[in-house]
Amino acid sequence: MRDQSQAIQHRPKRSGVIAQKLGMTRVFTDAGQHIPVTVLQLEGCQVIAHRSEDSNGYVALQLGLGTAKVKNVSKAERGHFAIANVEPKRKVVEFRVDTSSLLPIGAEITADHFVVGQFVDVTGTSTGKGFAGGMKRWNFGGLRATHGVSVSHRSIGSTGGRQDPGKTFKNKKMPGHMGVDRITTLNLKVVQLDVSRGLVLVEGAVPGVKGGWIYLRDAIKKPLHKDLPLPGKFRMNNDNLASELVANEQEA
Amino acid sequence: MAIDILAALDAEQIVKLNKTIPDFQPGDTVQVNVKVKEGERSRIQAYEGVCIARNGGGLQESFVVRKISYGEGVERVFPIYSPLIDSIVVVRRGVVRRAKLYYLRDRRGKSARIVERKGKAVDKKAVAKTTPAAE
Repeated sequence: MRDQSQAIQHRPKRSGVIAQKLGMTRVFTDAGQHIPVTVLQLEGCQVIAHRSEDSNGYVALQLGLGTAKVKNVSKAERGHFAIANVEPKRKVVEFRVDTSSLLPIGAEITADHFVVGQFVDVTGTSTGKGFAGGMKRWNFGGLRATHGVSVSHRSIGSTGGRQDPGKTFKNKKMPGHMGVDRITTLNLKVVQLDVSRGLVLVEGAVPGVKGGWIYLRDAIKKPLHKDLPLPGKFRMNNDNLASELVANEQEA
Repeated sequence: MAIDILAALDAEQIVKLNKTIPDFQPGDTVQVNVKVKEGERSRIQAYEGVCIARNGGGLQESFVVRKISYGEGVERVFPIYSPLIDSIVVVRRGVVRRAKLYYLRDRRGKSARIVERKGKAVDKKAVAKTTPAAE
């Protein structure tokens, strides 16, 4: 047990990534199989800020994805982006990391942050189904099609006892709002990477609508892939590079 | 944007798979040469029958081939771009009036025949077939 806990302690906690779901397609392998894949896009996934133990009480990376129109970004947010010297982002998310996995501010995480063959956990917001009945929402069986059932073929049936409990128990499964939940699918395999277009192809389905925000992280219930880049794979923005160069020259 | 990238991915895969697919329709008799792997050796096995349906489009397209094998109807679904398909050969063209020939499942013998398509239509098809191959 002790060894195990130590192993968990030593396991580096890399940053996850925000991506946008583009849709599904298939990939043919040389062996002749075809794999259903979901295409996820990392478009300008940049580090905006750090959260530190001293000032915030926890260690995390704040990442932004996409591009927001400046006119739609509040002044306060603009200031926040300006500190990081980063274009305004459409989506901002924090990922808890360990101190050794902090990436520099302005770093743009690239698709090869992940490795083909590794497992990832994928979090998304499921497709909204609106107000759904018991059959769709909880897989109830419904009532019979014939034998005198009228108008209530898809109804939920009884919801409780008689005089004895005298009530319907709390948490009874009933019709109601379905979908638009935060859902994490564990252990999806990374099938293919496209660094130039920022694409991660993940085997199987990913929760959420096309264009929805998806959080990708290393699978927590699998050992880390041995070829994983640590603390992560990223490139610095050209502007930042230029400014760094200028700073270096000034120092010199 | 999103759809462009998906379409581009599919298009790239189609180019990579580098398949020449003859022009064939439901009702045509086709011979599908399938790569079969037995242990370490791989050989090519021909599967011949009537194409009774084509489904989907682009990279996702598949077709169904039906044949009667030892008195038992057998249907196989092949993805058109499957790497397991060595080649597809059109053996005979048929005249049919619908896209999905599922009615053949209920028929045997004489009533399951398909009239051969002859004359101009075949010539046109033959021409159409050779042009994309030349490209």
